[in-house]
Amino acid sequence: MTTETTKPNSAEIDAVKVKLAESLNGVSLVWSEFRDQTRVVFPSTELLKCLNAFKAAGFDQLSDLTAVDLLEYGNATDRFEVVYCLLNIDNGLRLIAKTYLNEPDLTIPSATSVWFGADWLEREVYDMYGILFSDHPNFKRLLLPQEFQSFPMRKDYPVKGRGERHNFPVITRAES
Amino acid sequence: MATQINKQLGDNVFLTTLDAAASWGRANSLWPMPFATACCGIELMSTAASKHDLSRFGSEVMRFSPRQCDLMIVAGRVVMKMLPVLQRIWLQMPEPKWCISMGACACSGGVFDTYAVVQGIDRFMPVDVYIPGCPPRPEQLIRGIIDLQEKIQKGGTYNAREFKLRILPEGPPRFDEDELIRIRERNGFKLDDPKYDPVH
Repeated sequence: MTTETTKPNSAEIDAVKVKLAESLNGVSLVWSEFRDQTRVVFPSTELLKCLNAFKAAGFDQLSDLTAVDLLEYGNATDRFEVVYCLLNIDNGLRLIAKTYLNEPDLTIPSATSVWFGADWLEREVYDMYGILFSDHPNFKRLLLPQEFQSFPMRKDYPVKGRGERHNFPVITRAES
Repeated sequence: MATQINKQLGDNVFLTTLDAAASWGRANSLWPMPFATACCGIELMSTAASKHDLSRFGSEVMRFSPRQCDLMIVAGRVVMKMLPVLQRIWLQMPEPKWCISMGACACSGGVFDTYAVVQGIDRFMPVDVYIPGCPPRPEQLIRGIIDLQEKIQKGGTYNAREFKLRILPEGPPRFDEDELIRIRERNGFKLDDPKYDPVH
């Protein structure tokens, strides 16, 4: 039994880093590692270019797309973080790609042109965080009612809501 | 007169009111509409299954069409997206009809005190019997159905005119005070403002 000093997949990750440095020449990518997860932060201004490069580097599946509200979180300076969890189906390599967004401009291009599975995921992110995705094929709320006004996963939204759960007609027994 | 008939016919004839006869029939053949949205629904199924056997109490005929039912059992939490569906199903049920609110969530929202969960269905529709528990055991549901049967037999009328008297909403008010406070805070009112009065 041998003790491994290098982490598994580190050679493949290094190859991906080299490949992305070539294809995304001039775009600042910030790499970090946390418990076998490889994370990369890319600028939101170059979003589609970066996503296409990730796909060209072998990450052909978008396993999850979500967002984080960083309001009052640690020493975070940005408000929102959009997270793309990518998977290379051939060798099982995973990559967490993140980008930061700030109010008032919360519009980023949709990833549906790269991975079509982003369709419902982006609608859910919009539903919960109010992040807008341009060029989405069917952009509307996914889970909440269409007439809902707020974005409930934002940290400045009260847990008990703003009266949405009580905004219904009352049926008395005599009229039902 | 009645004693003369009694002498001639013995126990073969008894006199009652039309209300009592109709209520007797209705109470002992309740057709539940299972509106099961959460774990209370599992207990509801268990109540109808062989071990607890709801048919001993004459209410085993579950129908999934509201047109064929006269007892709505709301078993589980109701979210704000589901409440219009619940109200529509309730309005589709023919008279006479009754409603059982089963479990803590249907009665009060339970532990789910969030923006999406309705804090008790009785805020928006009439409820006849509340069953506490999280979830209630089948025995509790059976007890609730027996209580409803007693309620029907004591207060029921053959033309369901007792429902016409219930013209007021029976649950708590739609708005919580703390929600009103949040709405006013969002609009710029302060709690220590002397003009601020959350109640009026």
